Amino acid sequence: MGFFFVVFALVALAGAVGVVVLRNPFYCVLSLVVHLIALALLFLLLEAQFVAAAQIVVYAGAVMVLYVFVVAYVGGGDRPAPLWRASARQRALAIVFGGAVFIELAIAILGSGLSALGGGGPDVAPGFGSPAQIGELLLTRFLLPFELASFLLLVAAVGAVALAGRRGGLGEDRDVSPGHSTLDLPVPAARGTMAEGVAGYGVTTPMPDPEFEGRTLKEGDGV
Amino acid sequence: MAISWYLLVSAAMFGLGAIGVMVRRNPLVILLCLELMLNAGNLALIGFARMWGNGDGQIFAIVVMVVAACEVAIGLGIIVALYRRRLPVDVDELKELHG
Repeated sequence: MGFFFVVFALVALAGAVGVVVLRNPFYCVLSLVVHLIALALLFLLLEAQFVAAAQIVVYAGAVMVLYVFVVAYVGGGDRPAPLWRASARQRALAIVFGGAVFIELAIAILGSGLSALGGGGPDVAPGFGSPAQIGELLLTRFLLPFELASFLLLVAAVGAVALAGRRGGLGEDRDVSPGHSTLDLPVPAARGTMAEGVAGYGVTTPMPDPEFEGRTLKEGDGV
Repeated sequence: MAISWYLLVSAAMFGLGAIGVMVRRNPLVILLCLELMLNAGNLALIGFARMWGNGDGQIFAIVVMVVAACEVAIGLGIIVALYRRRLPVDVDELKELHG
């Protein structure tokens, strides 16, 4: 039991360090996946089977896939900092403050004097942390938070679509103006269709055809 | 293992996430570091649930996961919108969020 804890905790901490340190955001995401899986194994050691499964399916599965797609779409790491910004000093200060948070929390945990913290917890019934127990709690004592969570997810999904949708949200895209459709764009004289091949359009020297020149594409044009 | 070890690991994860939020400048990576901090909270909640032999802490952890998923959806939506508008994806250069 102790051996597994040490291994999983070290892997989780290494994943966390990787998220903070690695330059490429894609590697950061992969490092977080490693961290989340190790964390799910720690949850298993704490008899939380359902939460561990949800962690792997929801987090390491769904949410991280979303991250991977957005990183592939946006890309890019941290840009190099401008010269006038004291980036190194800011980094040192951040590490000092983060270390202070850790030391403070460690003092609060170890200095609390709670005798239960020293043990591994009481013996629990075999069904502890199982989907049956979690489901019963969610549908009886925690019914209101459960429903509120579903509503929050709905609002977040609508908000995400409104923000990232092609129109609306943070403003119109430049190339799509209201009142015009892509069918109104001018069509080049040679479009490489079969009709042009019959009519004798060349690849290198297109012959202007008065019938096609300057026309715009209409609906029912057969393209 | 004693519960306090789990809590120490959780505290270290939280500190690392805080360092990442302060150091990194790519909003994507800052969101990832926020995930680290939320997961540190989750680990502490589940450790306490085991300490009490009581399932309530696990429900709290599930609610935290729901909130984290919502935060990811909105945050990534904002980042994609920024990218579409050709704004710099860098928190130091983004001083205002109004459209």
